Amino acid sequence: MSWTEIAFWVVAPYLTLVILVGGLMWRHRYDKFGWTTRSSELYESRLLRIGSPLFHFGLLFVILGHLFGLVIPESWTGAIGMSESLYHVIALVVGGVAGVCTLAGIALLIYRRRTRGPVFMATTRNDKMMYVVLVAAILAGLMTTLLSAAFQAHDYRQTVSPWFRGVFVLQPDAGAMIRAPWTFKLHTLVGMLLIALFPFTRLVHAFAAPVGYLFRPYVVYRSRGAGDRPAVRAPRPGWDR
Amino acid sequence: MTRVMAQIAMVMNLDKCIGCHTCSVTCKQAWTNRSGVEYVWFNNVETRPGLGYPRRYQDQEKWKGGWELDRKGRLTLKSGGRLRRLLSIFANPIMPSIQDYYEPWTYDYENLTSAPLSADTPVAPPRSLISNEPMAVRWSANWDDDLGGGPALASRDPVVERIGDRVRLDFENAFMFYLPRICEHCINPACVAACPSGAMYKRSEDGIVLVDQDRCRGWRMCVTGCPYKKVYFNHKTGKAEKCTFCYPRVEVGLPTVCSETCVGRLRYLGVILYDADRVTEAASVPDDRDLYEAQLSLFLDPRDPEVAEAAARSGIPDDWMAAARRSPVHDLIMKYRIALPLHPEYRTMPMVWYVPPLSPVVDALAGSGHDGEDAGNLFGAIETLRIPVEYLAELFTAGDPAPVTASLRRLAAMRAHMRRINLGEEPDPSIGARAGLTGDDIDGMYRLLALARYDERYVIPTAYAAQPGSVEEIGCSLDYDGGPGMTGPFGEASGQPVPVAIETFHSLKQRQTSEDVTHERVNLLNWDGKGVPKGMFPEKEDR
Repeated sequence: MSWTEIAFWVVAPYLTLVILVGGLMWRHRYDKFGWTTRSSELYESRLLRIGSPLFHFGLLFVILGHLFGLVIPESWTGAIGMSESLYHVIALVVGGVAGVCTLAGIALLIYRRRTRGPVFMATTRNDKMMYVVLVAAILAGLMTTLLSAAFQAHDYRQTVSPWFRGVFVLQPDAGAMIRAPWTFKLHTLVGMLLIALFPFTRLVHAFAAPVGYLFRPYVVYRSRGAGDRPAVRAPRPGWDR
Repeated sequence: MTRVMAQIAMVMNLDKCIGCHTCSVTCKQAWTNRSGVEYVWFNNVETRPGLGYPRRYQDQEKWKGGWELDRKGRLTLKSGGRLRRLLSIFANPIMPSIQDYYEPWTYDYENLTSAPLSADTPVAPPRSLISNEPMAVRWSANWDDDLGGGPALASRDPVVERIGDRVRLDFENAFMFYLPRICEHCINPACVAACPSGAMYKRSEDGIVLVDQDRCRGWRMCVTGCPYKKVYFNHKTGKAEKCTFCYPRVEVGLPTVCSETCVGRLRYLGVILYDADRVTEAASVPDDRDLYEAQLSLFLDPRDPEVAEAAARSGIPDDWMAAARRSPVHDLIMKYRIALPLHPEYRTMPMVWYVPPLSPVVDALAGSGHDGEDAGNLFGAIETLRIPVEYLAELFTAGDPAPVTASLRRLAAMRAHMRRINLGEEPDPSIGARAGLTGDDIDGMYRLLALARYDERYVIPTAYAAQPGSVEEIGCSLDYDGGPGMTGPFGEASGQPVPVAIETFHSLKQRQTSEDVTHERVNLLNWDGKGVPKGMFPEKEDR
């Protein structure tokens, strides 16, 4: 096993996780104000109304598919009588449709961002860099799907998935990952880069998904001074204190 | 046991509003003279009949603001319940676009000096502040001010449309009045209920509805939820902003900026106590027309010993109770019953109320050669001039003319009674009696409405329970607008928020003392004469 392989499949995943978790904690502590979707709906809503749901709902299914494929071992789906080929057909169809929706959505959103003056003016360099990585991750992912549909289907649940699970039990199986085709390796690497970028780009709004809204009372009361969440902000860490 | 909550509420006496927009301008200078909120008017003054701001915001079939009763009679957001809100989170389908407000602009003054020599005087062409492109100015916050645009615009007023076709033709001749609007700081706020992040909240001490800028994630649901469209989206920071009821001023006993600067002295501020446990029940009454009475039934009499006892148990301080007993707002709403809520049918239980204008009736009388201050004439005119009353009823009582008529009759009685006294005639107790008022009532109303002394208009408890150490705002002094700390690494919105006091202090100081002007284009309305914008004057030549 070469040094690059160790760097890619043993060091990089942990580096990614540390950057993600540490970055989120840092941003939560120092930049809650910047933690927003920075919506451009006020400028332009016609294209957004099509592109944004297409992209986001597509992405949600893509993420669900990733979890399904990476977390659930092949032996489990086999135990309920799902054959490897059936699994692949399902994964190809669902993943392919979701992936194409995501790609079409982001294409429309980027087109809108580039051609609608006010939206383009509100785009930072940080955003542009993020779009490059995001689109690269989506394209690489779709490529793995399409290539395995066109040629022989690589059973990534024998290679990528064990490595992925191994990362979280602190036993990353770099050997398994090395056996995967280069398309999967590329997608994984770009994916790790994207995950590491989350805390430092507008992608951070994904970690503000308001699930709690479903369970809280409609009207929120907060006291100005007392209580567990006072309306007066606590002093911030910094030089002043 | 009754759970008593206190709210600082406002009443505006529309009879005295001359539509000068001083409240809007001072509010804008205090709160929204920043980039990103150019189009934001926490306070605006609308001409009625008119389209309002944003255009036709009262058309809830389109904008889906406020609450409605579902099939089982339960209160739900008109724009859909929790799940539906979350499913539409990726693109809010019913949010006004910038065109529904207006596209903010400035002028390209450089053209005044750089234009080539020609027979015509050069002009400063307008440039959009949204896209920086040249634009044609077609609409703004007050395009239909004073019925500008004529019947074509006025007849598109959603309230006029509700009254029906038969009034449209003679309506513009009948009357016109001004409606200053701020956030209603509702008891049952739909914006708070629509906020997925839980960033919007109602302060339990004083009922002021605020946006926590640190928790707002820019989902924009509050803009849809508010039927008055008084929550705005800051397109630079990506966060919601709204009228703060000038909480930093109110907390130290000062009236809000709009109240303080109102030249007509028509705004009243005071404490109102209400029964917090019955809010949902009151907001759920089946008939829209019962909502005014339902909201009245929430309010508690601070002079009632039982209420005082319950308030003490609910933790309301003694000085708040003292202020509640002197509250002009409570008197105008509960004692004299002349103030009415704006659009109670939205079921948000608004807390900025209005004394309806009697002047259209007086003007109509005087215009037709009658004595506009004679009691008999006035009472008769209120009954016969149905159009103004119906219009006011659509605004204030979900279409029920009775409370509007009663309020106007009391105002008419006061006017006729005081006229007699002014002319040295014998006071006639029967005038007040016809409107259900005693002589003392009329005296009290006259003091509040006509004399309108500063300390009787604004009764604000000064001492909020002090929280040692947590009152002063902490912030970095470099973070003012345009300062080095303003733009964080992740775009304009990022970085720590700047405390209001510090931001205002620094930006004012900078504007007043700096020689150079940081912005390329300067809006003449904001320009204080300090510094010389590039291109405004010819370059000085060295001789």
